[in-house]
Amino acid sequence: MLAKGVAWTLGLTAISATAGIALGVGCAWARIHGPVWMKAVTGAYVELFRNTPFIVQLFFIFFGLPAMGFRLSPEAASILAMVVNLGAYATEIIRAGIEATPRGQVEAALSLALSRMQTFFHVVLPPALRKVWPALVSQIIIVMLGSSVCGQISTEELSFAANLIQSRNFRAFEAFIVAALIYLALSIALRRLLNWLGPRFLFGD
Amino acid sequence: MVEFTLWDILRNLLLAARWTVGLSLIAFIGGGCVGFALLIARLTPSRSARRLVSLYVQLFQGTPLLIQLFLAYFGLALLGIQTSPWTAAALALTAYTSAFLSEIWFGCVASVPRGQWEAARSLALNFWEQLRHVILPQALTIAVPPTVGFLVQVIKGTALASVIGFVELTKAGGMITNATFRPFTVYALVALIYFALCYPISLTARALERTLHAAHR
Repeated sequence: MLAKGVAWTLGLTAISATAGIALGVGCAWARIHGPVWMKAVTGAYVELFRNTPFIVQLFFIFFGLPAMGFRLSPEAASILAMVVNLGAYATEIIRAGIEATPRGQVEAALSLALSRMQTFFHVVLPPALRKVWPALVSQIIIVMLGSSVCGQISTEELSFAANLIQSRNFRAFEAFIVAALIYLALSIALRRLLNWLGPRFLFGD
Repeated sequence: MVEFTLWDILRNLLLAARWTVGLSLIAFIGGGCVGFALLIARLTPSRSARRLVSLYVQLFQGTPLLIQLFLAYFGLALLGIQTSPWTAAALALTAYTSAFLSEIWFGCVASVPRGQWEAARSLALNFWEQLRHVILPQALTIAVPPTVGFLVQVIKGTALASVIGFVELTKAGGMITNATFRPFTVYALVALIYFALCYPISLTARALERTLHAAHR
């Protein structure tokens, strides 16, 4: 049961990390280069999600949206909440990286007749990601730990499994200690993995 | 069925927000005190103390706050210590806050140039005098913006106390939803109240950071 929980926790994290960083890249671009209205919208999105608790975002999506006609399964709601949550933080992190890119690099790329899009994806983004990768990894780990909240809407991830176990055999202390240790191991392993993966595959060192 | 106006919902949520603020303050002050003690332990020459503190920090930073709350609430009770949601929430949040704050502050102390320690030692100041007169005053100015920024994390963290039955803003939101069947409105309002609490603090932290950067140039 715990193994299934771990699988769900990792699955949720993997999906939300991928989609969240993609969203973050898009929003970071919009915040720097987009038209004024786009800057305003992404700015509001980032501030709104960074200044409200994840659990409230999750409840809003799971309990609130059905009233508007969107009915989501617990899993879909968890993924959506994690993606938009990570996306908001990733936007700010990636934006910091992009703004640290020297202007000369952009000008050099444009003078080589690369389009704005090509310049962004080939010249600006890779070094920006490399610069902020440690911060992104920390944020992904925070989101992984945050996924424990998804058990509250009965997504069957690790903390849900721990809670179920303790409600059956009343050995709360052991169940939660074991869960805590698994999370600790996961966060250490994930940090190692991402620090190894990033430079090799994401921005080719 | 009783009809609830929007004002009824908002008023009840605002009343519940008091507990969010209260719990945040307790966690922040308690966490600050414990965090400071941890910081001192980490700065002492004793190696075992340093190792213990970094273990503590890793433990609380590497596990979800939710699990820490469960441990404090369900776990301690089984060990024979009865905890109310209040004490469990205050305990878990204090431990969580202290781990993060001591880590933040340790970074700030580490950013004070080593020469400052050596200069202080060469003036025949002992460890406490070095800390009090030379290192901490410098570290303090660096530490203020991230510490204020972390307060936002603490406020958001208190939302998890709803899970163990502590009636604060999020829990009240759930209860009001059950009474009114208007989850969309209620949770939107809950989010807005959190935003109203956190956003000014975020702005302050950012402004402080900017003035500090300007002062360093």
